[in-house]
Amino acid sequence: MSPRSSALAGAERVGTDRERPEYASTHIPPHRRPLPLMVADAVHRPETETTRARLSLRTREWDIGRWPGARAEQRERAAYLRRRTLADLEGNLARLTENIEANGGVVHRAKDAAEALAAIERIVTRRQAQLAVKSKSMVSEEIHLNDHLTGLGVEVVETDLGEYIVQIADERPAHIVAPAVHLSRTDVGRRFSAIAGRDLGDDPDDLAAFAREQLREDFRNADVGISGVNFAVAETGTLALVTNEGNADMVTSQPPVHIAVMTLEKVVQEFADLETLLPILSKAGANQEITVYQTLVNGPRREGETDGPEELHVVILDGGRSDIVGTRYEEALACIRCGACQTACPVFGAVGGGHAYGNVYGGPIGAVITPLLSDRPEDRDLPYLSSLCGACGDACPVKIPLPDMLVDLRADYQEETASPATRAAWRAWARTWASRAGFAATIAGARASAVLPERVLRRLPMAGGWARGRSMPSTKDAGQMRRRRRDGGRR
Amino acid sequence: MTAGPMPRRVALFASCAADLAMAPAATGAKRLLEALGVEVDVPAGQSCCGQVALNSGHREPAATLARHWLDTFAGYEAVVSPSGSCVSTVHHGYPRLAAEESVGSSRMAERVAATAPRTYELTQFLATWGADLALELPARVGWHDSCHMLRMLGEKQSPRTVLGRVRGLTLHELENAESCCGFGGTFATKFPELSCAMGDAKLGAAAAADLDYLVSADPGCLLHLGGRSRAGGPEVPVIHVAELLSRALDHARGQDGHGETLVERSTA
Repeated sequence: MSPRSSALAGAERVGTDRERPEYASTHIPPHRRPLPLMVADAVHRPETETTRARLSLRTREWDIGRWPGARAEQRERAAYLRRRTLADLEGNLARLTENIEANGGVVHRAKDAAEALAAIERIVTRRQAQLAVKSKSMVSEEIHLNDHLTGLGVEVVETDLGEYIVQIADERPAHIVAPAVHLSRTDVGRRFSAIAGRDLGDDPDDLAAFAREQLREDFRNADVGISGVNFAVAETGTLALVTNEGNADMVTSQPPVHIAVMTLEKVVQEFADLETLLPILSKAGANQEITVYQTLVNGPRREGETDGPEELHVVILDGGRSDIVGTRYEEALACIRCGACQTACPVFGAVGGGHAYGNVYGGPIGAVITPLLSDRPEDRDLPYLSSLCGACGDACPVKIPLPDMLVDLRADYQEETASPATRAAWRAWARTWASRAGFAATIAGARASAVLPERVLRRLPMAGGWARGRSMPSTKDAGQMRRRRRDGGRR
Repeated sequence: MTAGPMPRRVALFASCAADLAMAPAATGAKRLLEALGVEVDVPAGQSCCGQVALNSGHREPAATLARHWLDTFAGYEAVVSPSGSCVSTVHHGYPRLAAEESVGSSRMAERVAATAPRTYELTQFLATWGADLALELPARVGWHDSCHMLRMLGEKQSPRTVLGRVRGLTLHELENAESCCGFGGTFATKFPELSCAMGDAKLGAAAAADLDYLVSADPGCLLHLGGRSRAGGPEVPVIHVAELLSRALDHARGQDGHGETLVERSTA
């Protein structure tokens, strides 16, 4: 019988340590508050400004969005490789499956979260697992794996340092590769001190050492190791994982069972693709030439080997992705989950990280894929949570046209939700402004309204949200350039 | 940008924002072009490029205004606008609209392809053909790269080239010059708190740099930043580059206005 987790002992003391907003919880409610209200909350939280400054400094120091010389070529190559794989997604998945099985692994294809959870449940039940150690996996967030396993009586421990920090306070990761980016070292110190039952201070080295010590026993005792997958190579059946803490090495080699969870677009065609994709993921995600550890999993323990799991299971989740294939959003599946678009996004920073997007994936990539993948109708308006500044497009190491996609998704949203009255109003406005007389009337109206005092202007319906925080522009000189025209124009 | 001979006759496309609420950007642009000896036409039918509809998710009204824009401007040798954002819509947004089955057409695509390359943001035009314009203004300014001009139009250098020619002017590069100011069109009214917080980050850096002006080439950004600054945000005077350069033109001519319009104009 396995002992309970050592890392989570005392985690219940962290719960009340910090007042976290409800939208940051791992438990995503079936409905969410309107986006503007959630966003306004997030903007005003005291820790938001620190997070914004942290991300903005990182963007500058890492030179995110700039691709000098050889980096530009590497980016072109990465963009090409990802699209080449997507062009024959099913073919690549078939080869991947074949090769994983040839290596001694078992592949479970899952159409949706329920099927993925069922597959994992069968394995842990058969193994009578009580303790699972996990290395980072965004897919597992998407299917709410931790909740499901906990419900089965399996304790799940996040072993990525950032994931561990958010797990102990029941938070979702705030960023794809930097789950605790919204927290300061003081916050982390407070959480860890609560677990330890003594003051640990806020020195990052001390805190990391504490986490390592906490996790060590769990690696030894876990019945199951659960990991994500950064890339799965069709040609060889290799699963590639990158970490900076080596925890993926532990998770995939120490417990008797390794379950790797991936979504189907994680497949890459050839082993040689990793030569481009691993370094560009490291650079875009963490400003490293290469991460400290690259874990390449080529099947379970073979005869004569001294470590490695007895069983390797690879769960390949579709989760709505195959519906995106062949649409104008297909390139979104090229994403390598580096989080660079999140780091670079000024909106993501100004709302204090990904929580305020209300679902698993925040930031520009989240605002693109969440409406495409989520069952929750409220998530369809996420593409509006962007100023369309384009920083995400520049930051993306595989050249996903995120800004264009955000615009197109807005059009889809209006197509589905706009009322006849809204459509008529926009059409009438366009027709008015597409006529010389109509726009002249607008100018005259603007000039006339300029005599109104600001307190009245602010209450006009067209002032909308503008007046919240801004004074109204003056329109007294509207149309001025038209007055002293020397000729009548040709039209 | 290929620098052929300077167009002799251009259409000024003010942008609806400048036309309605930032007149000095439009009149300033007209003066600058005229100072170069360009004949400037201000087509009376002009209104909006349609970006606000496009980015709000309303393609059909966007296409209505795009077609109207093409009707208004397609016949000119060149079109110049004091809005980098609107010019980027013509360059990037219009081809995408034209390719949209529901609202576009190959005819529209052809017209866009013919007109967009001749459509310039003001400082692009001045950087290419305005080297001999006499400009002087003792001022310390910072530049706000509007996102659409910087990333969609791909234009970072031209405003710096032009400001670099203004005698007595110092350009201080802000560390967050390329960060979004938070305007974002209807984003500003849909998420006012967020929009203003982003504006404050931009204005805060400018305020700390002790500038005479924060300058940009986009009326939208400037209306937002100016409105925020006057309503409790960090205090920074903001000005459109066309108005600033127009003042520099006056200053170079002397206070009495009898100075030279042009020094020698080179034959390009």
